[in-house]
Amino acid sequence: MPRPTKPTVRQPATGSVALLIGTRKGAFMLRGDRARRTWKLSAPMFLGHIVHHMVLDPRNRRTLLMAASTGHLGPTIFRSTDLGKTWKETSKPPAFPKLPEGQKGRVVDHVFWLTPGHVSEAGTWYAGTSPQGLFRSTDDGVTWEPFSYINDDPQYREWMGTVQDGTPDGPKLHSILIDPRNPSHLYFAMSGGGVHESTDGGKTFASLIEGLDVVDGFDPATGTFHDPHCVRLCPSNPDRLYQQNHCGIYRLDRPSDKWVRIGKNMPKKVGDIGFPMVVHPRNLDTAWVFPMDGATVWPRVSPEGKPAAYMTRNAGRSWTRQDKGFPRSNAWWTVKRQAMTADAHEPVGLYFGTTSGEVWASRTGGANWTCLAQHLPEIYSVEVAELRR
Amino acid sequence: MTVSIPAPLRSYTAGQSDIPAEGPSLEAVLARLDHRYPGIRFRIITEQDTIRRHIRIFVNGEQVQNLALPVRPEDHIHIVCALSGG
Repeated sequence: MPRPTKPTVRQPATGSVALLIGTRKGAFMLRGDRARRTWKLSAPMFLGHIVHHMVLDPRNRRTLLMAASTGHLGPTIFRSTDLGKTWKETSKPPAFPKLPEGQKGRVVDHVFWLTPGHVSEAGTWYAGTSPQGLFRSTDDGVTWEPFSYINDDPQYREWMGTVQDGTPDGPKLHSILIDPRNPSHLYFAMSGGGVHESTDGGKTFASLIEGLDVVDGFDPATGTFHDPHCVRLCPSNPDRLYQQNHCGIYRLDRPSDKWVRIGKNMPKKVGDIGFPMVVHPRNLDTAWVFPMDGATVWPRVSPEGKPAAYMTRNAGRSWTRQDKGFPRSNAWWTVKRQAMTADAHEPVGLYFGTTSGEVWASRTGGANWTCLAQHLPEIYSVEVAELRR
Repeated sequence: MTVSIPAPLRSYTAGQSDIPAEGPSLEAVLARLDHRYPGIRFRIITEQDTIRRHIRIFVNGEQVQNLALPVRPEDHIHIVCALSGG
């Protein structure tokens, strides 16, 4: 991996914020004022479409991409350059290569994850799909091509498994992370299939699964059995990564290749299972998770029906419960892996969407929470768009 | 020849439900449809040239799977969205 360099800390953002919300039945936007006190919910966009992810390009604050499909129709990506007022469909969505007659080729079921490329590579985007595929656009999302060799590599295909080996609505490639210091240094994760790193712009990838637990009885040395739910890279120091995994919460400090299970420091009755992982924009020791019930048959709801975020200020050595403002009981929802995020303001704003269609926010780094919207469809993703400096 | 377009795809055809079409085969008809309405084919047909799981195509009332099927000018092609959950 690249030699560590001095971390760069960005100044806090001061402009207004919009929340980009992808749901099982369309996309929505919540626009806030500069103080992040008042919010206005948009009309639904692409009502009825399954929207897994919607991301504004932070490099130009203009290109907005939406990964969409419907129950019937094939997957696609829509583009907007006017913050969602008008949309055009990509002319070549992510698709696996057509194989010759008689051979069984793969079919993209849906685009799951979108990541803008490095700041030095304007117009470059990456996409992760279900089943697991890695794709790239170099023309601002207009056309997409398979990226790297992993989509067809026999070893990676073995780790990816079949559609039946994946999560209930299909195995996914996600958490595509670009090192802000080096466009050739990137990571991605697969559920299942583990975490992988390239230091040569995708020409080669190496697995990064040492230290990660797997379900009892399986071999942790085999990528197949690894299920990273969400991996985040610290903007203030890209040599630190945090991960919420099917089997716990982890931290990785490069150049080490070994993840450390910091979730063991969570309260035992809550556990360290969940989907999202959020990192502070300027403090590498501060991160948040939103635990769910991963006991018995995996209900995937807030433990005991009492939702709470947990924050660490010391890189996972201890965790603080943050539930002020949440229902005290009978709240049987949870938060999916793309549905919790942070803005770059001071204090940091935190936002998440629930499986029950609520959007919650905290302007105080999680100290207290307010519900911004209710009765939306099941929320798959929430991303922050910083609209102006 | 006419192609009936189901409601979920009419955003491509400016709301039109029946599109006049031509071509020697189902594949050719779909290719010309895509030329006229870019993107519509991939919503119906996968990258492996198979009809998507919840799409059905009928020619003169007969369900078809083979995109190479020859079609005639008097044929009626019906694209249908099958039930796919709530």
